[in-house]
Amino acid sequence: MTALQPRLASGIILLVAVWVCWISFSQSPAEAFLFPRLISVAFVALAGWTFLRSLLERRIAEGGVTLDLVKSILPGVLVAGLYIFFAAKWLGFYTSSTIAFLVILSLHDPAPHDQVRTWARRLAITAAYLAVMYLLFSVVLKVFTPRGLFI
Amino acid sequence: MEFLTYFADVFTVPAMLLLVGGTVGGLILGATPGLSPTMAVALLIPFTFQLEAVHGLILLGAAYTSTVAGGAVSAILLKIPGAPANIATTLDGHEMARRGQGARALQLAFLASLVGGLIGVALLIFLTPVLAEWALAFGPSQLFWLAILGVTIIGSLGTSSVVKGLLSGSIGLWLATVGFDDILGVQRFVFHSSLSGGISIVPALIGLFAIPQVIAMFAEGRRRSSIEAISVEKHPLSRAVRELLSKLRAVAIGTVSGSIIGLIPGIGGQIAGLVAYDQARKVSPDREKFGTGHSEGIIAAESANNAMVGPSLVPLLTLSIPGSPTAAVLLGGLLIHGIFPGTDLFDNHPDVAWPFINSMLIGQILMCVFGLYVASLAARVALVPKSVMAPIVLGLAVFGSYSVQHSMGDVYVMAALGTMMYFLERFGFSAAPLVLGLILGPIAESSFIQGSLIAEATVGPFAYFFGGALNILLVAIVVTSVGYSLYAELRSRRAARDAS
Repeated sequence: MTALQPRLASGIILLVAVWVCWISFSQSPAEAFLFPRLISVAFVALAGWTFLRSLLERRIAEGGVTLDLVKSILPGVLVAGLYIFFAAKWLGFYTSSTIAFLVILSLHDPAPHDQVRTWARRLAITAAYLAVMYLLFSVVLKVFTPRGLFI
Repeated sequence: MEFLTYFADVFTVPAMLLLVGGTVGGLILGATPGLSPTMAVALLIPFTFQLEAVHGLILLGAAYTSTVAGGAVSAILLKIPGAPANIATTLDGHEMARRGQGARALQLAFLASLVGGLIGVALLIFLTPVLAEWALAFGPSQLFWLAILGVTIIGSLGTSSVVKGLLSGSIGLWLATVGFDDILGVQRFVFHSSLSGGISIVPALIGLFAIPQVIAMFAEGRRRSSIEAISVEKHPLSRAVRELLSKLRAVAIGTVSGSIIGLIPGIGGQIAGLVAYDQARKVSPDREKFGTGHSEGIIAAESANNAMVGPSLVPLLTLSIPGSPTAAVLLGGLLIHGIFPGTDLFDNHPDVAWPFINSMLIGQILMCVFGLYVASLAARVALVPKSVMAPIVLGLAVFGSYSVQHSMGDVYVMAALGTMMYFLERFGFSAAPLVLGLILGPIAESSFIQGSLIAEATVGPFAYFFGGALNILLVAIVVTSVGYSLYAELRSRRAARDAS
């Protein structure tokens, strides 16, 4: 990780802390923001300390976000994001969950994509997953999931 | 001996079914590398909504107990600790398995876990009512300091960077204020309609513990796993029992270390196994054999891991301060059933508190019995590829969060918090103090407001919050834990700098 990354991360946290502090001290009635005022001061102090330390830090720690990491997580995160924020409501919970499961499984399964056997196995796993989720949540827990174009 | 009155409540059909289900499921989840015990318990919480409070807690308690022990299976057979608590078990356990003594290693691990676990739960049974009585002396100012203590102690002792731990805790405390203010009904920090009701604990717990692990599994890409489980040969159980009895020193070291570490809020079980392993090696005449497949190493580490479980619930059930991240999730499980730790739990809900504690005693025995038989199956489940595990955990997280209030807002909050936590973890922040802040925030705020009102009418805020022996003691513990952790961190940084 480059030295810029922890600075950027702690800088963003400091900005959030300052925003929380500003809201806490500028909003009324003051009584409702008494506790947020107290913790926002600690929040700003700790975020400021972390930011300052990241500026002074010469030793580069492990972790951070590399381009390779972004490339490897991006497809899965995008599919998960589309599933949660759009498809679950638009297509229906079970339909979108099934599609998301199959897509994520296929994205990360090391087996070759051009074999019929691979796809048959993936479809079987997805069907088993759907059956277990339906049994658990609809039959046992009786959760009424959102319906979209499908179920 | 009040616990004996409620012993029969554990032997009802639903309670036993949940105990067995929670134990077997927990053993399998615990054995699965990448699925932490904390995440397993967090994912189980939505399933407890349909259950009575006592049954829900029995399920969570059984899962907590067995996930810790289940981690030994993958540590021994796959050389991958199921949880950080099982790191020490890997050192000798896998060496034994490689030599064809996998069954012996597993038997010793589960038997040592049983002994440590039973003594740990006995401590829970006898210490909890005493501390709960003591908690009666606590007024709003002391409750406020206790909540702050809970956040600071886990933030300073349970993380690699004290300042980042405390910062995570303050983020959690802030997130707890999102939504309507309890007294005046004013909206605070509501920048999206999903947040108008505040941040629900269960979706937050699921998001903070499960989503970072899902994204970490995504990060592995399409890599094919080269790990293979070592097959388990047959080994007479009676011989393992005799061997355990001949290594009582290691059992005692593990049990005492685990119990003490469990009682200290915030430290958790992650270091219990390593501390016990280190101590057992120091006093053993066969110390040079440690790390080469020596049974004392497994016995010390595993008895410590499970001895920690019971005591880690003592500060939780009496003072609302969890002893480990998993205990913090259990606190969330208690609160969603409308049960508050402390004297309220033992005075008003003894029919919940005691069967739950008793079930952990039975759970330890079940864990040992089933552990010995499902180890091979658990090792096979542990080999389920990440490509399958990631979407399963994601689906459970989405369905579990939604089922709490039938709200898509909860699912959005779960996803947003989880993604945020993944990136925060990449920069050295940790989820445990954030969760503690989120859980203890409402207790801290209501105590602070009540205390402020009393202070205004009486001695003034400074004298009220900083006066009295109990307040001074609590403030001193907060300052000492933060101060000592800062000192220890600075010392280790200096040592690292000198070494380089």
